[in-house]
Amino acid sequence: MPNLTADLTALLEPARVLHSREDLLAYGYDGTAALSGVPAVVVMVKTVEEVAAIVKYAAANRVPVVGRGSGTGLSGGSVPSMGCIILCTAQMDKVIELDEKNLTVLVESGCITQKVSDLADSVGLLYPPDPGSMKISTIGGNVAENSGGLRGLKYGITRDYVMGMEVVLADGTVVWLGNKCVKDVAGYSMKDIFIGSEGTLGIITKVLLKLVPKPAAKKTMLATFARMDCASDTVSAIIAAKIIPCTLEFLDKITIKCVEDFAKIGLPLDAEAILLMETDGHPAAVEDQAAQMVEIAKRCGATSVQVAQTAEESVRLASARRSAFSALARVSPTTILEDATVPRSELSKMIRYIQDVGARHNLRIGTFGHMGDGNLHPTFLTDEKNAAEMTRVELAMQEIFDFAISLGGTITGEHGVGLAKKPFLRRALGNASLDLMKLLKKSLDPLGILNPGKIFD
Amino acid sequence: MHPHAPKTPLPPSPGAKPFYLKDLDFGVLAQCIHCGLCLPTCPTYDATKLEKHSPRGRIQLMRNVAEGRLDLTEAFGDEMYFCLGCLACETACPAGVDYTRMFEEARADIERAGILNTEKRNWIRSIMLRGVFTRPWLLRLIGRMLRIYQASGMEWLVKKLGLLRLLPKNLRELEPLTPRVERDFSDALIAEVETPKDAARKRVGMLTGCVQDLTYSSVNRDTVDVLLANGCEVITPRMQHCCGSLHGHNGEVDTARDMARRNIDAMERSAGSLDDLDAIITNAGGCGSHLKHYDHLLHDDPRYAARARKWTAKVKDVHEFLSAIGTVKPTGVGTEQVVTYHESCHLCHGQKITKQPRELLKLIPGLKLVELPESSWCCGSAGVYNITQPEMSAKLLDRKMANIAKTGAKCVANGNPGCSVQLEAGVRTAGSDVEIVHPITLLARAYRGGQGGEK
Ligand SMILES: Cc1cc2nc3c(=O)[nH]c(=O)nc-3n(C[C@H](O)[C@H](O)[C@H](O)COP(=O)(O)OP(=O)(O)OC[C@H]3O[C@@H](n4cnc5c(N)ncnc54)[C@H](O)[C@@H]3O)c2cc1C
Ligand code: SF4
Ligand code: SF4
Repeated sequence: MPNLTADLTALLEPARVLHSREDLLAYGYDGTAALSGVPAVVVMVKTVEEVAAIVKYAAANRVPVVGRGSGTGLSGGSVPSMGCIILCTAQMDKVIELDEKNLTVLVESGCITQKVSDLADSVGLLYPPDPGSMKISTIGGNVAENSGGLRGLKYGITRDYVMGMEVVLADGTVVWLGNKCVKDVAGYSMKDIFIGSEGTLGIITKVLLKLVPKPAAKKTMLATFARMDCASDTVSAIIAAKIIPCTLEFLDKITIKCVEDFAKIGLPLDAEAILLMETDGHPAAVEDQAAQMVEIAKRCGATSVQVAQTAEESVRLASARRSAFSALARVSPTTILEDATVPRSELSKMIRYIQDVGARHNLRIGTFGHMGDGNLHPTFLTDEKNAAEMTRVELAMQEIFDFAISLGGTITGEHGVGLAKKPFLRRALGNASLDLMKLLKKSLDPLGILNPGKIFD
Repeated sequence: MHPHAPKTPLPPSPGAKPFYLKDLDFGVLAQCIHCGLCLPTCPTYDATKLEKHSPRGRIQLMRNVAEGRLDLTEAFGDEMYFCLGCLACETACPAGVDYTRMFEEARADIERAGILNTEKRNWIRSIMLRGVFTRPWLLRLIGRMLRIYQASGMEWLVKKLGLLRLLPKNLRELEPLTPRVERDFSDALIAEVETPKDAARKRVGMLTGCVQDLTYSSVNRDTVDVLLANGCEVITPRMQHCCGSLHGHNGEVDTARDMARRNIDAMERSAGSLDDLDAIITNAGGCGSHLKHYDHLLHDDPRYAARARKWTAKVKDVHEFLSAIGTVKPTGVGTEQVVTYHESCHLCHGQKITKQPRELLKLIPGLKLVELPESSWCCGSAGVYNITQPEMSAKLLDRKMANIAKTGAKCVANGNPGCSVQLEAGVRTAGSDVEIVHPITLLARAYRGGQGGEK
């Protein structure tokens, strides 16, 4: 066994090689419930050269390397595997270049998502991917998880904004993939392989992101419903009317109460469900679409539809929605969040099924999510110390996944597989697809040192 | 070394719990789901980007201690004292994590186990926390001596001759932090019972604090004036004790409990009974936050539990109270002035009072309120933090001063004496002419300048 700490100290400043028990315990988790581990050592990297040297060292000594941004992942992606090096990018967080001519921004992978968003905003541009965790998530983590957000319906997800990246491969080689060109078909689109790779194929050190012009107008509305399926009907009807709003976010009754307890913005506590709807673009088009959406919501049974009067009010609503997952933790000791996703046309069925599963297994489930994307987050409000209940949670989870797959959906829409969804992957993908992934992993990381045990074994 | 310095851990008082963290309800510790949403609001994480210096990291360490996977190590102790206790993480946390509770229990464990004890630290702590801050007369005597030093020209002479260089380094660095001491303390400025001109609409008890009393007793006078102008009869017990927040935040739970009992007793003596008061007023954000926790602090004391609950229900920050009863608007045109507002952590995060002081300032004729960027970011004062962690504290003060400069305001209002001491040190170091003032003082000036007030 090599002396990791001593060896790594030779590669970067001693103060950035963390090995005290207190330090190690502080890197034992991410945002996922009931998963933890203890790394052998943590390195706080600042340059691509350091990353390359560490990976090279790890390869030579067969030590696993687990990449970590801010540790907000929800599938256990950055939870340490036994004896690993945690390679943390939190201190490698600079914006390198904002190119207003080409509408791109180049950042180090530890750069916080919010920082990119604020920077774009300051020059009249927009960086659309806005995961609920954007105040603290890193761009590297967003790319590695291919994160979505509240605006996915109209603007897409992280993948749609990655133009290029610098990656350190499993043997320490540094490669640059992609460029500022809008079109580029020179060979395979290699950058796409690393998007959503969850740290298992390479360590991302820089990312070139695409920005878009900021829409001139925006309108935010809050529709209230007395029945959950009225909300999903509204979503289907809006899309069937050929309107693509930027946001259609859903919260059920428990979630509304928890969010209101935290944010105190006057959400309707008696509603069974609310839908946060937002449309943006040319002012006239926005007016027109907003009016149509109000009309559709009412037709589908909304008890009221409020329109946000000021920009601050819409920001308040969106930030309240972003706190949904954490706010649900108010209810019970353990909060287990799922990420089932179905084609939009199947939403009502999925919602009803989740309610039904909760009732059948006598479980409390709070559901919220990106309804416009068909992406729901049924969240089990439970207690890890109650073994009987945890067994029922597992059963319920399995049933929800099976049903989502039967509707042509997937087990995870945006949180990734990591450790949490690993047992369900084969069923979701089928053998051929899973084997192809394994083949890719084997050829890019033959020694299996990059985030081993994540996605699949 | 001082001859009375204790060499071993300070002994627990009889009947005290052996471990605080371990006895904490599992629910309190498990409330944190490690989502990380609090990280960007934490000043120590922001400055270092190291997880153990973040709320989430600290909670994880506390949980590990509670569950027996981590011993009470010196590194753990250091970490818990590197935390500012600013509670920004509590405001940010959607999950409703009770950081205050965990943090105070952790520090109590650390003190109980004595893991950070060195002879020097013990000496300072026993003199300051157990000696000076538990004895109002001693605190005021020291204040008196400091005042003589500052007023007599001695200070000038000492500085001129470079005598400070003879002091040990960390004491020397403290010199610019030493606050100005007022000529008179509250008891000389405020009568035990003061009644408004017209019939009183409320009867309130007034807490004068200890640091407030020493360095800003005029703010106490101003507070009483403002309360009188708002139709309150004001009862101010004599020779008041420290509220115990310094002790509570620094692991001296037993002393904190003792302080709480004495304050309840004193208020009852002056007011007759707590039931006879509509509110108990504090004008110091840091104290208020702690005073509102007396119910928890004394919950298992059979003689005091019920009274402490009553106390907690009545304690109101002065801004909170005025806003609830409807502040009388000062008349007249007032002087044109641009003012910005710095939020004391324990007012905004600890007590969630953010709107009221701003609304109150806006009532003042001629006053233009400009928002301070990052107004709720800790200034680095944080109780005794500026003494124990001078480096981090200085960084935060620099950041605060830079933000103040951006507003162009020549006057910074803030509702906590600890912050005022810190900000005034910042002003002195920068050689600027910015005035640091309590919002209530500005209101009192407006009442005095105009004809009083109108309903
Ligand atoms: C409150 C909350 C709300 C959330 N909302 C959303 C949401 O709306 N949509 C959504 O999609 N997700 C959401 N998430 C999940 C999570 O925030 C995202 O997955 C985010 O992208 C993770 O970023 P991170 O920096 O925290 O990465 P980490 O958690 O540190 O890491 C995530 C994965 O990426 C890998 N990784 C990190 N950095 C690198 C790198 N530089 N190179 C290679 N691999 C790397 C890690 O090994 C790990 O597998 C939410 C999480 C929380 C706690
Ligand atoms: S303290 Fe609250 S915000 Fe911070 S990690 Fe824990 S649950 Fe999340
Ligand atoms: S109290 Fe302040 S310094 Fe301490 S963890 Fe919370 S935010 Fe950070």
